[in-house]
Amino acid sequence: MIPANTLPRVLHGASGRPLTLEQHEEAFAMTARPGTVMDQLEASGLTGRGGAAFPTYRKAALIRSQRSHHKYMVVNAMEGEPAAHKDQTLLSSNPHLVLDGAEFLASIIGAKNIAICVARDNPMVVHHVERAIHERDRRSQRGAKLELHAPPWRYVAGEESALVHWLDDNESLPQYRPGRPHIMRIGNGPVLVDNAETCANVGLIGRFGAEWFRGLGTQESPGSTLVSLSGAVNRPTVLEVPLGTSLRSILSAGGADLDPQAILTGGYGGLWLSGDHLDTPYTNQALGPIGATVGAGILVVIPKEACGLVETQRIARWMANESARQCGPCAFGLPAIAEDLSQLTHGSRNLPAVYERLVERCGVIEGRGACRHPDGVTRMVKSALKVFEHDIENHLRAAPCAGSRSSQHWVPMPALEPEDEMVWE
Amino acid sequence: MRRKVGGFVLRVNPILCDGFGHCHELAPELVKVDEWGYPIIVTTPTPLADLGALESARYAVRGCPRQALNIERIAEQL
Repeated sequence: MIPANTLPRVLHGASGRPLTLEQHEEAFAMTARPGTVMDQLEASGLTGRGGAAFPTYRKAALIRSQRSHHKYMVVNAMEGEPAAHKDQTLLSSNPHLVLDGAEFLASIIGAKNIAICVARDNPMVVHHVERAIHERDRRSQRGAKLELHAPPWRYVAGEESALVHWLDDNESLPQYRPGRPHIMRIGNGPVLVDNAETCANVGLIGRFGAEWFRGLGTQESPGSTLVSLSGAVNRPTVLEVPLGTSLRSILSAGGADLDPQAILTGGYGGLWLSGDHLDTPYTNQALGPIGATVGAGILVVIPKEACGLVETQRIARWMANESARQCGPCAFGLPAIAEDLSQLTHGSRNLPAVYERLVERCGVIEGRGACRHPDGVTRMVKSALKVFEHDIENHLRAAPCAGSRSSQHWVPMPALEPEDEMVWE
Repeated sequence: MRRKVGGFVLRVNPILCDGFGHCHELAPELVKVDEWGYPIIVTTPTPLADLGALESARYAVRGCPRQALNIERIAEQL
């Protein structure tokens, strides 16, 4: 048994190669089984690690209360965020821990099938998961049946309704879900979707219990989390930290610039945080009031010499391109926002008017798509307008900072894909 | 007869909506359009007692070429 107050937890025993089933059983050997997994999950206070931080127990209890013989458990390891590597790291070091958690959750809700979804653009991870499933199949089969699915990689393909729609109908498109809570279905069966890191934590809770899980982290956000650190760092890394660690110690552990201009928290639909708040604990409760979020555990560090507006514009342009183009406000609004930002950075005739139009468009688009993709972008852009206020004032006076003319960029960004080459099926 | 208590909001399925703009024509008090012609719907519930608004909301629902609109009743908050 791993001591309760030590790290790494979900990355325990990671050695650069995925642990085999025997190694996994040895590394995570348990002494006595704690109470039922459902009770332990409730007591643990685990929240989803995929971005929304919704209590995992409540989600599981909702699907558990449904009556069906065809329930599904879906493990979401799509990792649409280009700056995130946590699910990839997790599945290529401890795939069996994720599968353990998925089996626990499947037994809680009564699912007969478990679908593990990994983007097909990542053949190594697909291979690791395939191998882990094969190792389990050779043992006596008990509980739910494990399947591997490899949807195409798109930013919105990791959104839960898009993922469920892909499993149901082979199209990675987000769906309209009126009313909350909304139960997604494959065929007729209710589906529980949980992030891969959440599943790994459930695997730990099922083995060692809630009290052990609460040995790290704060009262409201217990446990540890994986942080994908990139930008102005020596080397982009994935770190496992207890929730409630200060941002400064996360950055120094990752070898990052300790006097940054700003940090992008949560992901590309996240929030910018100015570099003065480095002593804030890394929890949603502490970050929320100062306008930041844990999100999917992404931190992108921007140094003083960078231009925040240029980085925001690059993100917005890429996100606009990644829209599924199903809803008008997203399909037309996001490119318009990206265009406004590009005029602000590169100059145009009437900059104050462009700025006002940008603010107005951000307000208009919010909450009018089927999924949260447009909301994420407008949220990110709005926080950028606040955090980079001084820089934007200079841009408006047609005196842009030196960073905006530099060809060096900090936010990791895949190439823009032409619309007609995008694969959704 | 049911008493007219509570309110309603018009909801649009943004995936189905293609921005024809009929809803804005039929229910201008409930629906505005943005610069691309897609509807911006009033989010605060309208009381059901406002019969004029309810009628134009029904016109908008029936007049939508993509059948993307529906009326959602909101129970009165006590």
